[in-house]
Amino acid sequence: MKEYPVLGTKDTRSGFGDGLTELGKTNEKVVALCADLTGSLKMGDFKAQNPDRFFQVGIAEANMISMAAGLTIGGYIPFTGTFANFSTSRVYDQIRQSVAYSDKNVKICASHAGLTLGEDGATHQVLEDIGMMKMLPGMTVINPCDYNQTKAATIAIAEHVGPVYLRFGRPKVPIFISEDTPFVIGEALHLQEGSDVTIFATGHLVWKSLEAAKELEAQGISVEVINIHTIKPLDKNAVIASVQKTKCVVTAEEHQMAGGLGESIAQILATNCPAPMELVAVNDSFGESATPDQLMEKYGLGTKDVIAAVQKVLKRK
Amino acid sequence: MHNSIKELQDFSQQVRRDIVRMVHAVQSGHPGGSLGCTEFLTCLYQEVLNYNPTSFEMNGGGEDLFFLSNGHISPVFYSVLARSGYFDVSELASFRKLGTRLQGHPTTHEGLPGVRIASGSLGQGMSVAIGAALAKKMNGDKSLVYSLHGDGEIQEGQIWEAAIYAAGNKVDNLISTIDYNHKQIDGDIDEVLPLGDLRAKWEAFGWFVLEMDGNNIADVLAVMAQAKSETGKGKPVMIIMKTEMGNGIDFMMNTHKWHGSPPNDEQLASALEQNPKTLGDY
Repeated sequence: MKEYPVLGTKDTRSGFGDGLTELGKTNEKVVALCADLTGSLKMGDFKAQNPDRFFQVGIAEANMISMAAGLTIGGYIPFTGTFANFSTSRVYDQIRQSVAYSDKNVKICASHAGLTLGEDGATHQVLEDIGMMKMLPGMTVINPCDYNQTKAATIAIAEHVGPVYLRFGRPKVPIFISEDTPFVIGEALHLQEGSDVTIFATGHLVWKSLEAAKELEAQGISVEVINIHTIKPLDKNAVIASVQKTKCVVTAEEHQMAGGLGESIAQILATNCPAPMELVAVNDSFGESATPDQLMEKYGLGTKDVIAAVQKVLKRK
Repeated sequence: MHNSIKELQDFSQQVRRDIVRMVHAVQSGHPGGSLGCTEFLTCLYQEVLNYNPTSFEMNGGGEDLFFLSNGHISPVFYSVLARSGYFDVSELASFRKLGTRLQGHPTTHEGLPGVRIASGSLGQGMSVAIGAALAKKMNGDKSLVYSLHGDGEIQEGQIWEAAIYAAGNKVDNLISTIDYNHKQIDGDIDEVLPLGDLRAKWEAFGWFVLEMDGNNIADVLAVMAQAKSETGKGKPVMIIMKTEMGNGIDFMMNTHKWHGSPPNDEQLASALEQNPKTLGDY
């Protein structure tokens, strides 16, 4: 098995902040808007270095999204920053009409997604955002898995013309994607070759899936781990090729089962290459207050849950 | 810039014909607000805005930009855009029909020249205009940004988010206008949700406020000129524009009932009789 040494521990939001800071130096068209969460989104360095290209909008997310659409008219590439809940469900109509339908080059950058936001509880733990965003025609949806991948994704989306939803999180998590791994929008990243089962994982569940694969390997199960950082457009060919080899699938994500990565993979399987599948995701439930680790365990998003899903799907082969 | 009042009246009259013919043809659309804003959009595109209709570019560098936030009055918008040279007037016949660029509510989606944002879901256009105005400032572009809003539209909370932002950040290259016809779908504004003292509200939010009679061409020209002279002074400019919904067609005036209802054949004939051809029908 390929080893993924832990290169450090950092929050993915810092990957966004550092990527944005770099863009501030390399792309004069990049501007940033923030709804009173500059520190939480790690946008402070960009703001300090580019005060004329940073717009503090206050607690007014709807105005922020439509303003960003307006800033593209004039040639700018706006990156909006707030929590994932306020980046999506609160402003869905603004994104739908002013950004997606109007085909505006806005980058909606969303932190504190999912249960790992922790103690603030369910009001802030959006678990529906991937679904909402992937339903919008023309929207690119990206959920990177560690600091390095988030930084690379942030830089990559500035070059992509069109609306993008970039989702990342609050907790410090292992860094295991090397700094020089290219980030290609829409291209799945093969992390482990295997022959018995494929795990398609996104976001914080990618590391847990690698840990699960290691334990399963010890049990004699050969696991293919594919990192789907771009949920839309989904790398259909990579999904089909892997499933044709392994014949069964587990998906893993920090999101509702409805509307998430698993649902997108299921659509590809059902219409191309039906195969047994298990979904590791939140099952039609809101979250609650607790530590991130406690919540991931309670809501079935731990390494042991990925292992159990693999064992279950193998029996259905 | 070069038209007489009479010429602008003739232009408006032809636009009125377009509006009622368009909504009659597909038996859908919004004539009431369109007719009320006819003089305003005529003056805007014939006298006020500096723009290049023959080579439309989304970014509009060096051009004044207009954002229609109350997108349901698309008939007047399309008619004025066509008659100002953005596209051929014959295309007005495709309004709301399958495959048209003239969607029920304006959109960039089909690439219609003159439209820079989709609108229809209300309350978003002022924020878009602010973004475009900020882009102009960053680009060192001295041209101006305009937006139009319905009075009912400003019941949307996002309008007030935008109002706070624009004043707080001195977005003084923006001239917004509210079509104050006192009517919305369910009835009179005061019955549905009273807006109170609009002038006092916008002044309290930090805007420079003007008022005008939107159906009086001379007044529109004078107040728009004044509005322009108030830009660059640290405050966004708001014009509270009194209009008559359904203006120019007697049976459509003094009621909210023509907000989103098309005329029948007989009513169309009467409307056209009241507004004889001036520039020629599409």
